[in-house]
Amino acid sequence: MSGVTRVRAHAGWELRLLLRNGEQILLMFIIPIALLIALDLMRGGEIDEQVPTVLTVSLIATCFTSLAIGTGFERRAGALKFLATTPLSRLDLLLGKALATGALAALSFAALAIVAAFMGWRPGIDWLGLAAFVILGGGAFAALAVLLAGALRAEAVLALANGIFVLLIVFGGVVFAAADMPPAIGAVVGLLPSAALADGLNAALTGGTLPAGALLVLLVWGAAGALLARRTFTWD
Amino acid sequence: MIEDLVVRYGDVVAVDCVSMTANASQVTALLGPNGAGKTTTVEVACGLRAATSGTVRLLGAAPGTLAVAERIGVMLQQGGLYPTARPLEWLRYLARLYPSHADPAELLDLVGIDPSTRTTTRRLSGGEQQRVKLAAALLPNPQFLILDEPTAGLDPLARRNLLDAIAQRRDAGMSILLTTHQLSDVETLADRVIVIAGGRIVAEGTVADLIGANDAMSFTGPPRLDLIGLAACLPNAFRVEEPRPGSYIVHGPPSPQVMAAITAWCAQQGVMATDLAVGCRTLEQIVIDAGSEPS
Repeated sequence: MSGVTRVRAHAGWELRLLLRNGEQILLMFIIPIALLIALDLMRGGEIDEQVPTVLTVSLIATCFTSLAIGTGFERRAGALKFLATTPLSRLDLLLGKALATGALAALSFAALAIVAAFMGWRPGIDWLGLAAFVILGGGAFAALAVLLAGALRAEAVLALANGIFVLLIVFGGVVFAAADMPPAIGAVVGLLPSAALADGLNAALTGGTLPAGALLVLLVWGAAGALLARRTFTWD
Repeated sequence: MIEDLVVRYGDVVAVDCVSMTANASQVTALLGPNGAGKTTTVEVACGLRAATSGTVRLLGAAPGTLAVAERIGVMLQQGGLYPTARPLEWLRYLARLYPSHADPAELLDLVGIDPSTRTTTRRLSGGEQQRVKLAAALLPNPQFLILDEPTAGLDPLARRNLLDAIAQRRDAGMSILLTTHQLSDVETLADRVIVIAGGRIVAEGTVADLIGANDAMSFTGPPRLDLIGLAACLPNAFRVEEPRPGSYIVHGPPSPQVMAAITAWCAQQGVMATDLAVGCRTLEQIVIDAGSEPS
């Protein structure tokens, strides 16, 4: 039984359970689409600017909030501890989760893109830049999700993941860009992974110049999150 | 095989120089009071926890390696199920992780769970969850089965069925390590018993060895019976004592004739001998004593 088979089996398993969960569907599909429509109604006629914002929300919801909460509850149920006694290695488990999360992010993006197209979105996409920011941003938030889920009680993970999600969306440079904030505050907010992801996706989806600094910010958050998660993650 | 295992959590020594072997075609029971170090020992054997020092080998390899993980089955004391999964889909997913495995639906049938149920594991009763966990442990047709409190929360019939399933696996050559507080399960199943307290092994042997079944009998009755009179009706080498009021131990090799002589003597005295049994102490007493001894 190869590692590839085990990773595929686990990715399929995660995806199956996630797609059956009503709260996850709400978080990954309904809320971002509702936000897109709400922003369009509030701001009007700026769909090209709204899609990157909503895509950022969707990515954070999928790769951070949903992953952290799911992993926290799997840990509390002892499911991860049991899996650690099977041939599924820690790396298999993490790769499986990454694949499932990536697939969900792609599904979520596809759903958003379809709705946005109906609303008149005609993007000039820099595919390479989009891939770089989605992978680095998704990876950074996933590392932070595993860090949170692997060290705290499930209830604390639930509260914190939702709280951080709302704070990042409202004050973390997503709905309100860091560049539009007072310079001192904007400089700090610009160092958050949410702001970096929003800047990067905005540039990649509107044909702007890709912000190298934002890539660096995501890289640092991802590496720090992964290193800390590796030190602190426990199965139970 | 575990040799000189030590596990420390900071300054606390959870397991202190434990050595033991679990043989093929045998059930080895690990007993002891709460906090004795049983679950820690089991978790090291499963590869879930690292030993501070000592050697642990399962089926010739180190715990936690792929070679071991593919050939062992584990039933954890706490948790071990995906709450939102249905039993059959959970087992089918697990089956994809192993190079060979039993049929998931047949296993669920065996443990008394309807394979077609659409109920998720969090909505199953505690006993049903235990049975799904046992099915998951048996799924890879393991050579080594580790069961931590397998009968906790089971009703009598489910418990009987589970013990039968374990005995069948043992008879088929499987090596089984069992921890439990259900001492009747140990009397029914265990070929070897290891009693652990304060992280150390305090007694080991067969159930018969530990309860003294080869060299004593015991019964209860009214206090202050005539011990000299009772000894006089038994063969010469036998000795009788009353360690606690109304609790009697007859030291000597048990036999039907001696048992009959004890009950006949009690009948002559007009007293009822109750709880007449071979052995001079119970597993329960051994575990209680182990827990109350200063470490």
